[in-house]
Amino acid sequence: MANTQGTTGLRGWIDERFPLTELWREHVGEYFAPPNFNFFYIFGVLSLVVLVNQILTGIWLTMSYKPSAAEAFASVEYIMRDVEWGWLLRYMHSTGASAFFIVVYLHMFRGLLYGSYKKPRELVWIFGMLIFLSLMAEAFFGYLLPWGQMSYWGAQVIISLFGAIPGIGPDLTVWIRGDYVVSDATLNRFFALHVIALPFVLVGLVVAHIIALHHVGSNNPEGVEIKKYLNEKGQPIDGIPFHPYYTVKDLFGVAVFLFFFALVIFYMPEGGGYFLEHPNFDPADPLKTPPHIAPVWYFTPYYAILRAIPNKLLGVLAMGASIALFFFLPWLDRCKVKSIRYRGLAWKVALTLFAISFLALGYLGALPPSPARTTMAQIFAVIYFGFFLLMPFYTRLEKTKPVPERVSYRTVTVEHAGEAKSAVPFGRHG
Amino acid sequence: MGKTIMRKIIAFLLMALPGLVLAVEAGYPLDPAPINLEDKTSLQRGARLFVNYCMGCHSVQYQRYNRLARDVGLTDELVLQNLVFTGAKVGDTMQNAMSKTIGDDGKPAARRWFGAQPPDLSLIARSRGVDYLYTYLRTFYVDEKRPLGVNNAVFPMVGMPHALWELQGLQKPIYEKHKDAEGNETEVIVGFQQVVPGKLNATEYNAAVADLVNFLAYVAEPIKLERQRIGVWVLAFLALCIVVFYLLKEEYWKDVH
Repeated sequence: MANTQGTTGLRGWIDERFPLTELWREHVGEYFAPPNFNFFYIFGVLSLVVLVNQILTGIWLTMSYKPSAAEAFASVEYIMRDVEWGWLLRYMHSTGASAFFIVVYLHMFRGLLYGSYKKPRELVWIFGMLIFLSLMAEAFFGYLLPWGQMSYWGAQVIISLFGAIPGIGPDLTVWIRGDYVVSDATLNRFFALHVIALPFVLVGLVVAHIIALHHVGSNNPEGVEIKKYLNEKGQPIDGIPFHPYYTVKDLFGVAVFLFFFALVIFYMPEGGGYFLEHPNFDPADPLKTPPHIAPVWYFTPYYAILRAIPNKLLGVLAMGASIALFFFLPWLDRCKVKSIRYRGLAWKVALTLFAISFLALGYLGALPPSPARTTMAQIFAVIYFGFFLLMPFYTRLEKTKPVPERVSYRTVTVEHAGEAKSAVPFGRHG
Repeated sequence: MGKTIMRKIIAFLLMALPGLVLAVEAGYPLDPAPINLEDKTSLQRGARLFVNYCMGCHSVQYQRYNRLARDVGLTDELVLQNLVFTGAKVGDTMQNAMSKTIGDDGKPAARRWFGAQPPDLSLIARSRGVDYLYTYLRTFYVDEKRPLGVNNAVFPMVGMPHALWELQGLQKPIYEKHKDAEGNETEVIVGFQQVVPGKLNATEYNAAVADLVNFLAYVAEPIKLERQRIGVWVLAFLALCIVVFYLLKEEYWKDVH
């Protein structure tokens, strides 16, 4: 008997052949999550919502888009004007790209706040970082497709960065472009990567991210492991089932997000020139370089780091390192305490400085360079790298506060390790 | 303690960053374009100005005549009689002959005539902004050094002739000497003086340019007004969802302690 769930009827028939009920129980119905998730915990679900939005609108955009240098720009305008509801699909997709990075950046920041990358969630974090890398690639490939001036010259600049690699650099750029300049061949292969290769990779990594998360269980703003206290069925006594509690809570969060998402789509689809850049309404012209080439806002922090370093190769390496360092976070952070609530001043200051330098670099990277701005970018880049590279030192010396043993939804627990556990006044669930 | 440090850093940034923003180069100041997409008669006047004065050189290749008719409150017949000079059908887009004319050298002929191909203007209001267009079309001035006898305050060394000169007439610039940051004296245009009168006075000309810019703003995104109308309903629906889902969540979470 393959059916271990005791189900009957159609569901029983399916369960004998496919673990439907088992999957539901493991990932939704009996996935036990801490009850004390706060505002920052909505961004994981929102990333998933935006991913679905991008895939669905992307499918319909592909039905009318023409991936050729001669037709791409015109086909986007065709979608905007002649395809029924095409403008809505296009704005949902273009706004979705920026929204994706907003929610993913906040999702990552949540991880930093509450130590979600720490043991036993190192692989959750690494899968997440791989998603982030794929997302950057996906966004970069996608940005070429409208074939506007910024699409064209942005791609030209970013691809030329690979030319800084000694020896193979120049040949590598030709190999990436499929031509000596960004051209029809480049557009065609970027289209293939954007609509087939990267979406596959992204979805696969998202599945791995969620499987790893559900294997170890969710962290929470207290940084307390709910799996420490299990009931006789092996379920966390302080956990609550994901469904219905978090499905209804997330439904509310998703509705709030969609409200702001719709606000942008219907009333400011250009996002002040940041979501859709003004020069990108001019068709790509290989003979006319725009006076100021800036990548889309979500790449500007790394672009500012690149520009802050006078040597091109070192700049490219620094830019790569600024992203790669995130992967090592679980091992750079030597502090045993997860949540910022119980961590020392050193970490609070370091994280604040890091967040400020990230935003400042993003701001500087969007502006044309000037000597004063380059100096500012250099200062913030030093802080950015200092946050990671000095982490093993300042986190080891941190003076942490005692962490509570257990968590609850309404009461903020203050029981400290070693105190009587019987004082904890809850635990009805599970 | 952590908070005070954070506040100090934020205060520092708030003081330092505006200085960086103000460091952008100052060009001729742009006047805000007094346009209104809801004003259909303004759009009709703008469309007439466009087909009479601009379309010889500039196409609006993504705009269909019948879409224009529908959106600015004209019938297909009126559009065909008054706005179509090219023999186009009412469902065609607003193309012209020059954009397609190829010279003996195999390149667009206009490139040899003007030094550059006159761009298609379907999206010009989105790429340059309406204030730029409104100012640009009002700041052509006499400059004998230029091949076409005119120059422009917001687009120096412009290749385009002053297509609207018979409406505006011709003007010459008034210069003032300004010192830049390094102490060098530069001449800056601060205003204009009429030298040849046009068919319209200054007020009428400004209104005509506003109509034209209004038309260009419309063709840049014909769906704009409808999108804003639909948006109200979408937001109202989502606001309702927020309330319902919040109450649902509260109901379910009653038994979580």
